Amino acid sequence: MDLQHTFAPATLRSLMEGLLVTLEVAASAIVLSFVFGIILGILRYTKLPVLSQLAVLYIEVMRNLPLLLIIFFGYFGLRDMGVELPVTMAAIAGLTVFTSALIAEIVRSGLNSVEKGQIEAARAQGFTYVQTLWYIILPQALKRMIPPLVSQFITLVKDTSLAVVISLEEIMHNAQIVYNKYVNATIPLLLLVAFIYFTINYSLSRVSRYLEKRLAG
Amino acid sequence: MFDVTVLADYKQEFIDGFLVTLSASVLALGLSLAIGTFIAVLRLSGVRPLEIVGTAYVEFFRNTPIVIQVFLFAIGLPTLGIRFSEFTSGVLGLSIYTGAFIAEALRAGIQSVPKGQMEAARSSGMSYVQAMRYVILPQAFKLVIPPLGNQFVNLVKNSSVLAIIAGGDLLYTADRVSSDTFEVALVYGFVALLYLVITLPLSLGVNWLERRLSKNY
Repeated sequence: MDLQHTFAPATLRSLMEGLLVTLEVAASAIVLSFVFGIILGILRYTKLPVLSQLAVLYIEVMRNLPLLLIIFFGYFGLRDMGVELPVTMAAIAGLTVFTSALIAEIVRSGLNSVEKGQIEAARAQGFTYVQTLWYIILPQALKRMIPPLVSQFITLVKDTSLAVVISLEEIMHNAQIVYNKYVNATIPLLLLVAFIYFTINYSLSRVSRYLEKRLAG
Repeated sequence: MFDVTVLADYKQEFIDGFLVTLSASVLALGLSLAIGTFIAVLRLSGVRPLEIVGTAYVEFFRNTPIVIQVFLFAIGLPTLGIRFSEFTSGVLGLSIYTGAFIAEALRAGIQSVPKGQMEAARSSGMSYVQAMRYVILPQAFKLVIPPLGNQFVNLVKNSSVLAIIAGGDLLYTADRVSSDTFEVALVYGFVALLYLVITLPLSLGVNWLERRLSKNY
């Protein structure tokens, strides 16, 4: 076990730089996939002709493919077809394309969980369909969506590590550079990186549990 | 634009990759069911130290990336002189990861059957085993089957991490064939279809089951 190179200042600095890239890519993909996921989920829920079928097709295809394949395609596949994305953009795009399909499903089942009587009551009060959705259904649905959404975001933070295959300079990539040189630092470095991921994601899940309790009360 | 004859030329490679993906998924499913059941039993045992071990397992593995867990087997252990094949490393990594999610699904399912059900069954003269067999488990089963099905779909998709450690799976095949032939987009597109052949029927089946089981509650 090479602890000397694992905890060397240069290694820790490089891991921190990688962590910043991980967080930057994860945060961008979380925001983007939340926006697209809500749009797709609403399209599917409202059963608009053609549009909702396209949403279903997108959702079913994307959530049934391995993310790693989507990342490979977004980088190497598109490059083969003449579209060259920078690595960071390819990673964000791949994560977003995949995660928004999963978020759309969370949004749809959140919307479905609001009782139909609520719609009827709102309509009877003179709300339009869009107003009903915006003021009555969505706020109640969002509350129920918090726990599954947060666990989806946790998954996304973990998934950024898959972008190591296109050499995104995130935390795994920077750890690899060190242990490729100092082979005996492999296990301690992998455990250190695992611990960093754990700290971020476990805190996220505690926040979600807290939110869930507060909103339920 | 695309040279489709490539797909026929590499037929055998695709078949082999497909079979590796399938067998890794099935093996890891069996192993992660065993791990998950064991951990769920620990968490429901009512013995504090065992519960803590179970909880620690679940929280650690579901909050750290699968890439790290697979790397620990594939490149970490060899530095200690313990060497598994790429395939075995992949299956072990997949299993300890998925085991955490399965444990969580099983625990949630069993716990969500109201306590009163057991009391009612016992007071109407059933033995503990009869109450479990006829009252508790059938209800828990309904709640557990859909999340278990979803975990299997995830497992098939996650088996693509084998590609990162040269595990010979479908995605690895895509990587090799595409760098042989330069038909990157075509090969990845074709392999995406092969993944959908496995995952789409599975996840549609899970959706169908979920709807059926929720109806006659």
